[in-house]
Amino acid sequence: MTGTRRGAPTARQIRAGDRRALARAISAVENGAPEADALLKELYPTTGRVRVVGFTGPLGVGKSSLINALVAHLRGRDRRVAVVAVDPSSPFSGGSVLGDRIRFDRPASDEGVFFRSMASRGAAGGVAAATRDAARLLDAAGFEEILVETVGSGQVDIAIRDIASTSVVVLVPHLGDEVQTLKAGLFEIADVFAVNKSDLPGADSARRDLVELAALGGGRDGWRTPVVLTSTLGPTGIPELWDAIVAHEAFLDRSGGRPAAERRRLAKEIVGRVRDRVDAELTDGLESDPALRRLLDRVASRDVDPRTAAEQLLRARRRSR
Amino acid sequence: MTVRSKKAPVRVLIAKPGLDGHDRGAKVVARALRDAGMEVVYAGLRQTPEEIVRAAVEEDVDLIGLSILSGAHMALFPKVLALLKKEKAGRIPVFAGGIIPDEDARRLRKAGIRAIFGPGASLDEIVRTAQRLARPRA
Ligand code: B12
Ligand SMILES: Nc1nc2c(ncn2[C@@H]2O[C@H](COP(=O)(O)OP(=O)(O)OP(=O)(O)O)[C@@H](O)[C@H]2O)c(=O)[nH]1
Ligand SMILES: [Mg+2]
Repeated sequence: MTGTRRGAPTARQIRAGDRRALARAISAVENGAPEADALLKELYPTTGRVRVVGFTGPLGVGKSSLINALVAHLRGRDRRVAVVAVDPSSPFSGGSVLGDRIRFDRPASDEGVFFRSMASRGAAGGVAAATRDAARLLDAAGFEEILVETVGSGQVDIAIRDIASTSVVVLVPHLGDEVQTLKAGLFEIADVFAVNKSDLPGADSARRDLVELAALGGGRDGWRTPVVLTSTLGPTGIPELWDAIVAHEAFLDRSGGRPAAERRRLAKEIVGRVRDRVDAELTDGLESDPALRRLLDRVASRDVDPRTAAEQLLRARRRSR
Repeated sequence: MTVRSKKAPVRVLIAKPGLDGHDRGAKVVARALRDAGMEVVYAGLRQTPEEIVRAAVEEDVDLIGLSILSGAHMALFPKVLALLKKEKAGRIPVFAGGIIPDEDARRLRKAGIRAIFGPGASLDEIVRTAQRLARPRA
């Protein structure tokens, strides 16, 4: 199977920047392979130094093209850049066509870039379960900037905030009604707005609308979300977009908001991991554990209600600790 | 949400080497493999052999599919195979399709392209071949 057949990748290989080991390690994380747990435990202490920038927004607004342009900009400044681009898995077949790589046009000889496509594998919220740990592996491998593209969707995907320290919401001119429906989500998530395809008519009025929207928000924790016009055709606005991202990162340091945000993300990750484990154990148990099966029988026959059953399960778990 | 018991999906890279702009076949094949439950990295048009090999390594694919309708297959396919070996990724199987005359197909198979399909090839057969090549022991 991917990542196991050829010997497990080691922490040493990852730290040395071995690209094949890195690629296999990401697969191991995606597949929930046991060697991934060991690897991430070993690498964790030296990760977390690198900022992760997220890009979200509706289908086809140009997230991949923008990331490609930013990669070129960053390579021009000699920064080592990694990209993780997430596309949806089909709920029917479980398969996926991962198409973000089409926009990636770095020369094959450029060793300072790493691009990985990733299927969401049923995770909600626009990123995959493995995206955060993939970013940690890339961090450990020495990449200095990590850019994450979420699944393009009708809605703004919130889960990127659990991974990225700066989230860029990418929109295009004439999203009028769509922006209306996105409003609440936009407030919650955008640290920077990019109005891409600004070569098309309507870009200036889109910018005005968003500036107004940002002002209405009153500035989250004192940050006024900037609006940057970009086009990947020139390209134009790319250095300005990066500067806005860096300005938000500087704000996080200046305002002291970074450690709090990081703690919030980590707390959420821990709770999420516990929830997933308990979920899997209980779901299994309700079928295979005789005591749990009896409890489920009694709920089904209306002798016990679901709330009481849940209470009993929680109490039983606590006692068994 | 890691489901440990579930089998990991096959990952396939589909790419079009060279300047050939005919991408229907590549897209049709990509979709068929997706519908069979595979994760298909679609690298798109105008890929150099170097880019294809690099993508295969970074994406950690189990299989590479090349599509050419322009006639440049005799130059480009062996180049991809040679580069894979050079990058120590020679174990990744490569299959292909497009407009490839029988005589060329014979020679390419000898050179190491594992299977070749032409116009009208059955998608079911392509999927079965992909499964067999990607997971020989499954
Ligand atoms: C549609 C078409 C076009 C469209 C392409 C649209 C597009 N975006 O794809 C347009 C009009 C743009 C076009 C242009 C040209 N075309 Co044209 N075109 C065709 C045509 C009629 C059909 C191709 C097609 O889409 N088939 C449908 C798909 C589904 O089939 P397929 O690609 O063969 O794929 C199947 C198999 O081959 C296989 N397969 C394919 N790829 C892969 C990959 C893997 C991994 C696997 C496992 C299987 C596999 O599985 C698929 C499913 O069965 C063919 C003739 C023909 N009968 O093939 C000519 C043909 C390919 N074109 C040809 C030529 C010469 C051109 C042009 C140079 C100019 C011209 N004279 O028209 C330009 C060049 C364009 C360019 N930039 O490269 C020639 C090529 C000659 C050669 N190789 O020696 C052909 C063969 C016509 C001919 N008999 O002369 N073309
Ligand atoms: N006019 C114009 N078109 C653009 C621009 N940027 C991207 N596009 C086009 O928009 C289309 C989608 O671009 P992508 O970069 O794939 O968009 P995306 O948001 O990554 O798409 P998904 O990942 O599918 O949601 C492509 O046809 C691009 O060529 C731009 O600045 N101006
Ligand atoms: Mg994209």
